[in-house]
Amino acid sequence: MQIQRRRVLAGLGTGVAVGLAGCTGALGGEDDDAAEISGETLTLTTTTSTYDTGLLDELNAPFQDRYGVTVDTVAQGTGAALETARNGDADVVMVHARSLEDEFLEDGYGVNRRDLMFNDFVVVGEPDDPAGVGGGDDVVSAFAEIAAAEATFVSRGDDSGTHTKEREIWDEAGLEPEERGEYQEAGDGMGEVLVRTDQGGGYTLADRGTYLSMQGEIDLEIHVQGPIEDGPDLLANPYGIVAVNPAVHDNVTYDLAMAYIGFLTGLEGHDVIQGYTVEGEQLFFPEAVAEDPNFQQYVPADWKPEEG
Amino acid sequence: MILEIVPLTPSLLEFPFEWHYVRSIIYVSLYVSLIAVALSTLFSLPVAMLVGFSEFRGKQLVTAVINTGMGLPSVVVGLAVLFTVSNQGPLGSFDLVFTTEAMIMSQFVLAAPVITGVSLAAVSSVEGGVRDAAYAMGGTRLDVALVTIKEARYGIATAVLAGFGRAISEVGSVLIVGGNIAGPDGTSKTRTLTTAIQLEARQGRFETAMILGAVLLALVLLVNGILVRLGSGSGTGGVR
Repeated sequence: MQIQRRRVLAGLGTGVAVGLAGCTGALGGEDDDAAEISGETLTLTTTTSTYDTGLLDELNAPFQDRYGVTVDTVAQGTGAALETARNGDADVVMVHARSLEDEFLEDGYGVNRRDLMFNDFVVVGEPDDPAGVGGGDDVVSAFAEIAAAEATFVSRGDDSGTHTKEREIWDEAGLEPEERGEYQEAGDGMGEVLVRTDQGGGYTLADRGTYLSMQGEIDLEIHVQGPIEDGPDLLANPYGIVAVNPAVHDNVTYDLAMAYIGFLTGLEGHDVIQGYTVEGEQLFFPEAVAEDPNFQQYVPADWKPEEG
Repeated sequence: MILEIVPLTPSLLEFPFEWHYVRSIIYVSLYVSLIAVALSTLFSLPVAMLVGFSEFRGKQLVTAVINTGMGLPSVVVGLAVLFTVSNQGPLGSFDLVFTTEAMIMSQFVLAAPVITGVSLAAVSSVEGGVRDAAYAMGGTRLDVALVTIKEARYGIATAVLAGFGRAISEVGSVLIVGGNIAGPDGTSKTRTLTTAIQLEARQGRFETAMILGAVLLALVLLVNGILVRLGSGSGTGGVR
């Protein structure tokens, strides 16, 4: 399958390569200074929720200054971000779906995972709350009420961290939302889905950061709070950061990726994340700097030594 | 539908972006699209002449294939180019993922069928008599080709402009192969006007998205003006 695809694309590629001969020549000189970090480019794939909130610009600017490097940030869904890394097209990944991260580690593509920060998910919807889910702190029954009231639910539908969490909640509620007509799979980023919910009416599951950063543009209210405002732990939204394994993809800038992880999980990164606010509200809570050891962050969540 | 929400008088006095940011995404947009269209033209014109001049079995099929290429979905082209330049793909060793070079490749693939198809139609509509006359006067194949290009110049200019329009307004493939990257200081690496518009719309900032859309339109208008000017200028020169 893989080989076949390559062969087809090889034909495609050579056709285009002819046209590009002039452009690629300029790239030749960049491989020489392998010993130096300075001047290198780090490719980070991440989720739309970290990018759209503006946090990454605040984190990357001091990192770039300190190491004299460039961080290329590509905002995708968690699924796409990990897939890009699996293909060796990214050096480091920052995502928020532990189950998908664990798969990434178990398949050998990722090494040195760290817990970075967290915020939480919230159930948002129209201010008048047609399904009457407001006020409760049980998100599973809130989802069941949305389904029972046949209210519209807009899903990310893009295999992102938020989408993964949403499916987890439907599972807990014992419901198959895909079979309902009021369930819309947007296949798009968090911001797009919030805009769509705002325009078309209904409910959606959003990460608090993106919701807060877009509050000025949309007219949606929180109906079920996450753990930051004493909601259920099921709505916790932890972000992890993983370097791509250089043994699998030898082209990745692994040392730079580790420098980046070190910077973000160190005191300076902690302060930037802690101090980042939008309209007076803190969006992310750093958890990398901790006195108590947390060994589980380095390995898949249910990993045991005897199994490994 | 979107228009209902957008106040139709976004004041340009409070331009919501830093000029540095807008300048750099305009630069990337023009750089990528102009190079892609130039390469496509170099590739497409000879193909159009070749197909247009010769008679062979299956010519209609070739024409149909070229015209079908005009409808290539940009996301599909983006994915194909991504597989090609990805670390796992045949061009993986060149490190082209998330670069302007990869974006040029995908826009080349998108613009080439448009330029080929439209100029093929233009070349084919040049009357046989014109070519025969050029032959009769002892012209070489190159002379005949130049005469035909001169006769078909408006059609060819339209082809190039259509290709440019296809390239610069396209968002699906440049988003996939380019990654919509801009640095923390607002310097664009692979962010174009279209992907910037997409980013603004994604975050519900429709007004700023519309302003960028207006910038894009103004840019296309400007390039059209320049190309038409160049086209009519060269049209007065004689064929040697």
